[in-house]
Amino acid sequence: MSFRQPSVLPGFGLTFGFTTFFLSAIVLLPLAALVIAAGSMHLTDLVRVVFSARALGSYRLSFGASLLAASINLVFGFIIAWTLTRYEFPGRKLIDALIDMPFALPTAVSGIALTTVFAQHGWIGRYLEPLGIKVAYTWLGVTLALTLISMPFAVRAVQPALLEVRRELEEAAETLGAGRFTVFRRIILPTVLPALLTGFTLAFARAVGEYGSVIFIAGNLPMKTEITPLLIVIHLEEFDYQGAAALGVVMLTISFAMLLTINLLQAWGRRRHVRAAH
Amino acid sequence: MAALPPGALAGNATRPGQHTWLHALVRWLFIATSLGFLAAVLLAPLATVFAMALAKGVDAYLYSFSDPDTAAAIRLTLLTAAVVVPINTVFGLAAAWAIAKFEFRGKSVLITLIDLPLAISPVISGMVFVLLFGLHGWFGLWLQEHDISIVFALPGIMLATMFVTFPYVARELIPLMQQLGNDEEEAAITLGAGGWMTFFRVTLPKVRWGLVYGMVLCNARAMGEFGAVSVVSGHIRGLTNTMPLHIEILYNEYNFVGAFAVASLLTLLAAVTLMVKTLVERTGYRRR
Repeated sequence: MSFRQPSVLPGFGLTFGFTTFFLSAIVLLPLAALVIAAGSMHLTDLVRVVFSARALGSYRLSFGASLLAASINLVFGFIIAWTLTRYEFPGRKLIDALIDMPFALPTAVSGIALTTVFAQHGWIGRYLEPLGIKVAYTWLGVTLALTLISMPFAVRAVQPALLEVRRELEEAAETLGAGRFTVFRRIILPTVLPALLTGFTLAFARAVGEYGSVIFIAGNLPMKTEITPLLIVIHLEEFDYQGAAALGVVMLTISFAMLLTINLLQAWGRRRHVRAAH
Repeated sequence: MAALPPGALAGNATRPGQHTWLHALVRWLFIATSLGFLAAVLLAPLATVFAMALAKGVDAYLYSFSDPDTAAAIRLTLLTAAVVVPINTVFGLAAAWAIAKFEFRGKSVLITLIDLPLAISPVISGMVFVLLFGLHGWFGLWLQEHDISIVFALPGIMLATMFVTFPYVARELIPLMQQLGNDEEEAAITLGAGGWMTFFRVTLPKVRWGLVYGMVLCNARAMGEFGAVSVVSGHIRGLTNTMPLHIEILYNEYNFVGAFAVASLLTLLAAVTLMVKTLVERTGYRRR
């Protein structure tokens, strides 16, 4: 087989050439620089940077808070998607459009606005303060910011899957005497499971790398409220490019693993969908 | 079956009584939970932006834009978007043409690579350019000898923004063009139209809403990017400060009216973006 199949359409050379050139220049070459910079370190230095107590503390926060945020969005994302696809109520279309707001809103804006709302004297923070719950400048704040910015991914992944649940199956099950919970467990959950997991992974992947919204609300204390992307920035500001690159490669590896997981989950969802259609 | 009340099998409206109130309760709980969650994490912060920006009155709000550094930040953000969005649009069109119109080996790898910047932390997206062009970077010495500055200057900001907004137009156009097929283009070529004519007269009108959609998203991200630009900018007031970076500086100086005034502009931009998105979706163009 040749490299490409023949076609009457022109322009393959031009567009393919431009695409690969531009992709290499803007994305691939810079990323290669990152990997090479980390690779040129001595192994002992690399291990020292990547497994330093401060780095480990930052992974714990970045991954812990991202997992928690993705889990929160797994639950609330499903509830919101269900509400938007199954119920009619005034303002539904507006709410549906607003779901994408965290995606369109610059992260710096989300950051300062969330901090203000959940600070000691903020609109919501003032009611949490007497309960002994501090959100701003703690790990809770980090989780909250990550929950906000990754929320659209969870909702938008589940919505189309919920639309595909066959309502007549639900009704048939109910007329045959199945309770609401059985219908949910046996009919709805199996249909939306791949979408739920895809949404969870997308939300997690987005949250792990987040920087802008978190640094305002985090407090940024080493070992306590310092996320990994911030630690990278600190290394860069100290002109420790190699240390920054080493941590960057750690995060890059995780991003690749996430991408792979998402692709596998989506392929799984498509296979299930095809099987269900037959 | 005997236990069912009469009419239970007739349809939705005449379900057993206990199910009806259970449905109503679940429905009420779901709507209340959704709205409560969104109100706390989304609507309250959005309202805060405007409440804080206008906390000292409309005059103070408007006055904050007369600060020359704020004006410079707005100009820089507009300039960056004006350069980056068209370039990434041309790239997106080229990539979509190559990928959707032709079959070649390694296509799925190419699509994955185009999506790559979406999966990468913005901090890393900025850092790669520091590693290449920073003073201690690969080309740092050479650039210094030739008196060219990329990092901590305008070109670095543009490059970092281009990196993070790279996939937006392409990823809207590729599935759309694949779905629409090649028949009309092939007919046009067979009837003697040139490649460019086919592109402008046949393909472009077909995909115009997807193109608008991708460009609007690309623009929103370009104007709002914080992490990547923060790493390469150097934060020089009036020179390399974009709007999101300027928000950080004003906020850290406790100039809340100023910070939230700039934030209110970006919030309005986000609102306009969502409106265009909703309008485009209403024309029948749907996100996957």
